[in-house]
Amino acid sequence: MSKSAAIRFVLDGEVVEINDVDPTRTVLQFLREDLRRTGTKEGCAEGDCGACTVVVAEVNRDGDDLVVRAINSCIQFLPTLDGKELITVESLTPNDGSLHPIQRAMVDEHGSQCGFCTPGFVMSLFALYKTNDNPGRQEIDDALAGNLCRCTGYRSIIAAAKAMYVNAAQGDDWLTQPGGAAPDRIAKLKALRRDDSLELEYHGRRFYAPTSVSELASIYKQNPDATILAGGTDVGLWVTKQHRDLETVIYTGGVPEMCDVRVSKSHIEIGAAATLTDAVPIIVEHYPGLEEMFRRFASPPIRNAGTLGGNIANGSPIGDSMPALMVIDTLLLLRCGDVEREILLDDFYLDYQVNDLQAGEFVAAIKIPLADENAIVRSQKWSKRFDQDISAVCTGYHLVLQDNEVASFRMACGGLATTVKRASNAEAALHGKVWNEASIEHACEALVNDFRPISDMRASGDIRLRACQNLLRRFFFETQGDGLETVYSYGRQR
Amino acid sequence: MDASVRLPARHDSAVGKPLPHDSAHLHVTGLAAYIDDLPEPRDLLHLAVGMSEVAHARVTSIDLAQVRAISGVVDVCVAEDITGDNNYGAIVADDPIFATGLVEYVGQPVFAVAAETVDAARKAARLANIQYEELEPILDPLTAVEKSSFVLPSETLSRGDPQSALNSAPHRLARRVSLGGQDQFYLEGHIAMAIPQEDGCVLVHSSTQHPDQVQSMVARATQRSAKDVTVICRRMGGAFGGKESQAALIACIAAVAVDKTGRACKLRLDRDDDMIMTGKRHDFVIDYDVGFDDTGRILGVDFEFASRCGMSADLSGPVNDRAMFHCDNAYFLENVRVLSHRCKTNTVSNTAFRGFGGPQGMFAIEYVIEDIARALGKDPLEIRRRNFYGIDERNVTQYQQTVEDNIIDEIFDQLTASSDYQARREEIRAFNSSSSILKRGISITPVKFGISFTSTILNQAGALVHVYKDGTVQLNHGGTEMGQGLYIKVAQIVADELKIGVDRIRIMAADTSKVPNASATAASSGADMNGMAAKRAAAKIRTRLTEFAARHFSVAEADIDFHDGHVTVGDRQLEFAELVQLAWADRVSLSAAGFYKTPKINYDRDTFSGRPFFYFAYGAAVTEVVVDMLTGENRILRVDILHDCGDSLNPAVDLGQVEGGYVQGAGWLTSEELWWNDSGELGTHAPSTYKIPTCSDLAPDFRVELMQSVANREDTIYRSKAVAEPPLMLALSVFHAIRDAIATSDTAMPDLHAPATPEAILRAIEAASHE
Repeated sequence: MSKSAAIRFVLDGEVVEINDVDPTRTVLQFLREDLRRTGTKEGCAEGDCGACTVVVAEVNRDGDDLVVRAINSCIQFLPTLDGKELITVESLTPNDGSLHPIQRAMVDEHGSQCGFCTPGFVMSLFALYKTNDNPGRQEIDDALAGNLCRCTGYRSIIAAAKAMYVNAAQGDDWLTQPGGAAPDRIAKLKALRRDDSLELEYHGRRFYAPTSVSELASIYKQNPDATILAGGTDVGLWVTKQHRDLETVIYTGGVPEMCDVRVSKSHIEIGAAATLTDAVPIIVEHYPGLEEMFRRFASPPIRNAGTLGGNIANGSPIGDSMPALMVIDTLLLLRCGDVEREILLDDFYLDYQVNDLQAGEFVAAIKIPLADENAIVRSQKWSKRFDQDISAVCTGYHLVLQDNEVASFRMACGGLATTVKRASNAEAALHGKVWNEASIEHACEALVNDFRPISDMRASGDIRLRACQNLLRRFFFETQGDGLETVYSYGRQR
Repeated sequence: MDASVRLPARHDSAVGKPLPHDSAHLHVTGLAAYIDDLPEPRDLLHLAVGMSEVAHARVTSIDLAQVRAISGVVDVCVAEDITGDNNYGAIVADDPIFATGLVEYVGQPVFAVAAETVDAARKAARLANIQYEELEPILDPLTAVEKSSFVLPSETLSRGDPQSALNSAPHRLARRVSLGGQDQFYLEGHIAMAIPQEDGCVLVHSSTQHPDQVQSMVARATQRSAKDVTVICRRMGGAFGGKESQAALIACIAAVAVDKTGRACKLRLDRDDDMIMTGKRHDFVIDYDVGFDDTGRILGVDFEFASRCGMSADLSGPVNDRAMFHCDNAYFLENVRVLSHRCKTNTVSNTAFRGFGGPQGMFAIEYVIEDIARALGKDPLEIRRRNFYGIDERNVTQYQQTVEDNIIDEIFDQLTASSDYQARREEIRAFNSSSSILKRGISITPVKFGISFTSTILNQAGALVHVYKDGTVQLNHGGTEMGQGLYIKVAQIVADELKIGVDRIRIMAADTSKVPNASATAASSGADMNGMAAKRAAAKIRTRLTEFAARHFSVAEADIDFHDGHVTVGDRQLEFAELVQLAWADRVSLSAAGFYKTPKINYDRDTFSGRPFFYFAYGAAVTEVVVDMLTGENRILRVDILHDCGDSLNPAVDLGQVEGGYVQGAGWLTSEELWWNDSGELGTHAPSTYKIPTCSDLAPDFRVELMQSVANREDTIYRSKAVAEPPLMLALSVFHAIRDAIATSDTAMPDLHAPATPEAILRAIEAASHE
C-alpha cells in the first residue's frame, strides 16, 4: 500500500501542503506561529473557552454536500485537517475592507467589548449561519455553548446572531450567505481525497492515518505503545497542558467505516471514530430520555471533534455518556489485529482509568441495543453550570415496570467512584418491589453502600451522594408525571 | 419574551451617541492586535515561570539542571539575577518577584526559563527539582484570624453607639455567612513583551491597567530610572482589576530576563498558570449582629469581616476599606461598627476585581436586610425602603459623607412598576404553593456605589492631544482600554470639543512616554478623569485656534463658531483643516496637554471620615429565578434593570457595561467557585473547572434600561456618571431570589452561602429541613 507523507488541506482557496511538521503541532500553533494569522486566539488551550474557534468544512460521505463545523483549534492536531478546508476569521473578511454579514452584525449590535473572544464567536456564528437559516434562542445558545465571553453578558451577541441573517449578502459567494451549494469547494476537496493512508515522520515521531480498520489494527498491533487519536479532545491536552511527547500517534478519523453510524435490526452501531455530533441525534431519536444529558455534553466544538468511542475508551469516571450506555447494555466491539470480540460496557472498566483492552487492542465500535418499548431510560447530569461543564454526578436508569412492580431496574453513576459503575445495592433494593416512594427511599439508603464519593473541586463527597439520592427521587417523580420539567426546560418555555 | 433594551435619545453631538466600540471592526475581523499578536523581534525568547509546589516552606535547594537540559532552553533567571529590588509590591514591598528562601503559596514564582519556543520554556519550567522544608500553612481566613495572621492591621469604622442600640433593640439577629472569591477570567491572560533599546533603555508591551506602575516596578527591579523604561498598552483582552497591580510581576520577569539574556523576551502565562499564580477577588467570612424595630428599621448593626488577602498586602488595604465604606449600600446605618480583618493566608495574593471590596460590603448588608424581612414576615422590598438613605435627613454615611445625590427611591418607584413586582410576587407565591420540586423566587436589590479612588492622590489624570496640519488628531491619555469603551468615549469628548468627526481622531495606545504618572484605569473613574483631561487639552488647542482666527481675520472671538468639522469666522466658512493649516503657518502650537484632578474629595484615612467619593452611582435590579429543590440547580428567568449613568457619554457602551456587569456578578454568586484542597492547591484553575456564565445562562427575558434625564449633580464630564463597577452589584438580586425560592420550604431564613452552587443550595435546603 502506498503512503503519503504530506498533509494537504484548503485555506482561502489554496491547497496548503505540509510535510515537515511535528504531527502533534496544533492547528492554533500553526495559524499563529507559522502563518502569523493571529486573528484566532488562545484563551485556555484546552477547548473550554472557544477563543480559538475555527470552522472546518469537509465533503460528506455521499460526496454531494459540505459538512461545516466549528472546532477548537487549540487542541486539534494539524494532520487531522488532511483533506478538509480550514476557515478562519481572516477567511471571512472581504478583501475590499467591508465586513462579512456576521461581522457587520457583531459591530452593529455592540457584540464585542474587549474583543478577545470575538473571532471565536464569529466563527461559531459562521457555523450556525451555514447550518441553520433561522435559529431560535435555544439553537443560538447551543451553537455558542463553547464560547465564553467575560464582558458583554451575551445579550448583544444573541442579537447579532439574529441580525446576521438580515445582513446576508446577495450573490453567489458561499462564505457570505447562509446555507447554499458549494460545488467548487466540493470539487477542490474531492481532489484532495486519498486512497492511500497518510503517514508522517518528524524527528522520530510518527503519525499514521490509516484508511481501513484492518490497516489500523495492523499498525496498532505493531505499535502497541502508540497513542490512538480520535477527536483529540483529551489527547490534545496531553500535549498542550501536560507537555507529553507522543512518539507514535494513530489517527482513527481517516477510517470511513469507523466514522459511520448505522442502525441494524438490533443495535445502533456507532463507529468508534464517529463524532458525537454525528452519533448523538440517532441515539436520542431512539432514547429521548437522554436528550438533556447529551445537550449538556461538552459544547458544539468539542462534540464536533470528540467521539463517543473516545469518551468510552478514555474511561474517565466523569464521562457523561457511560452511565446511560451502561444501563442499556451497550456492547463494545474490540479489535486486536484480525481478532474481534465483544464486551459489555459494564464489564469494560476495571479501575481508575484501567480498562479491559489488551496490548494492541482498540475499541472499534459501540453497539447500543435498540430501545425496549417497555423500558424507561433516562440520564441526568448534575453540575455547576448547564452548558460545557463536567458532571459532579451523572446517572443512567433503565426501568421496566409490570403492574407497578419493578421487573427490572438498572442504575449506573458517574462521579461517585473511580469508574462509572452500577449501583448494585440500589438495584437490588428495588428489584421486585412496588414502584413507590417507600421503595425509592429504601433504594436511596442502599445507595450509601454503593458509593463513597470523594470531595473535589466539583462537589463534596457527602453532597454528591445526597444529589445522587435526590436524582433517583427525581427520576421516580418523573415516572409519576411530576417534575417532568427541569429548571432548564422550564426556563426555556417561558 | 426576548431580551429588550431601551437606549436614551441621541444628543446632537458626538457625545451621547451610541457609537460602536472604536475597535469593533478590528475585533470582529481578528485584526485588533493584542500583545501576543504583535510582530515578534527577530531574536525573541519565550519565558515560562517555575512555581512553588507547596503553600508554605523554606526552600532548601533549587536544582535546575533538568530545566537547562531541555532542547531550546537558553537561560534561567532566579532571584539572584535581579539587579534591583526583588519586589513588585507598590503599596507594601512584600511581593517578591522570585521567591528567595521562603515560598508562601502554591504557584509563587521561583524562577523563569527563557527558551527559543513557548513549548520548550513551558516544558522545562516543570522540571526543576526544588527541595522544601515545609512549614504549616494557613489556608483560610478564620484560621488566620485565630492565629492573628494579617497582612495589614485590622481596622474599625464606627458611628453612633451600636452596642447600646443592639442591646435595647426589640429584635435581634446574628449570623455568619461565607462569600466566595472570584477569578477575573479575562480571556487574554497576563502577558508582557520586553524589548531592549539603545543606551540601556527598555520598551515593555504590557497587558496592564496601570502602565505607570509597571514602569516604576520595572525600573525598580532592573536598577533603571523611569526615563529609561517605556510601557505601552493599546488594549487588553479583558482585565476587570486583575491587571491593575499584578501585571507588574509579569513585566518585571520579562525585563529581568531581557537584562540577563540581552534579547527581547515575552512572557505569556498559560491559562492554568495565570489562574494559579495571580490574584482574585477576596473571599470573605462575614459575621453580623443586627438590632431592629417592628417596622424593620435597623437600629444598630455590628459587622466583622475576615477577608482572604493571601500572602501579601497587594491592594488588600484599599479593597477592604471599600468593603467597610459599602457595608451601608443604600441604607442609613445610624449605629454601626465594622471590624475588618485583612487576613494573611498561604494562598495567592488577592487583588482588585470590579467592585474592589464594595460587592462584599454590600452583600453583607443585603443579607441583613433579607433576614430582617424574613424574621418579621415582611417583603424585603418594604424593609429596603424602610432603611434607605433620606434626602434631607438620615443622609450621612458611616464615614461622614453626606449623600447629596440620592435617587434610589425614584429608581425603586420606576422599577417596581415597570417590572410588575407586586403582581409577580403574588403569582410566584401561588405557583410555589402548587409546585413541590420547582420553586420560584424574586428579589429587588439596590446599588449605591461611591465613585473615586479612596486614595485621594490617585484621582488625577493627564492627556496629550496633537492636531496635525491636515486637521486630523492623535489622542493620548493615561487611561487604558480593556474593553470597557473608555477610548471611544474620550474620542467622542475630544470630537465634540473640536467639533470634528470621531473618524478624524486616531486613538493612541496608553504610553508612558506620552502621558506620565497616570493612575490605574480603575475605580470606574477612567472616563470621568481621562475624559476631562482630554477635554481640557483639546480646549486649549481650540482656544489657540480661536485666538488665531480672531487675529488673522480681524473678527471678534465671539463671532467664531466651531461646528460639524467647520469653523465659521464672522461671515467666512472654513473647514477645520483649513484653519489648522493657517494656524500652523502662523506658528501656533497645535499640541496641548490637559490635566484633571477630581474636586471636592478629601478624606482622612486615620479616622475613616470625610468625603472619599465625588458622587454615587445608583441602580437596581429585579431578578426572578427557578430552583430545583431536589438538585439545587437553578435558572434566572427574568431580569429587570434600571441603572443610572447620569447623562450617558455613550449609551451603547454603558448598556454593555450594565449587562456585562450583571452577568459577571451573577457568575460570582452562583456558578463561579474557587476551590483549594487541604494542601493549598487551587483545584479550579481552568475553564474546565471554573465556570463563568455561558450564553444559555442569560435570562430568556432580560430587560435593561438606563435611567433617563438624570444628569450628574456634580460637574463631571458632560454630567455623566461612571459605570464599569456599579452594575456588577445588581446581581445581588440573583442570590436573594434564589434564597427567596428555597425559603418557601420549612424555614424562612435558609443558611445559604455564596456562591449559590447546586451544592450550596442543597446544603441550605438540608439544613432547613433539619431545623
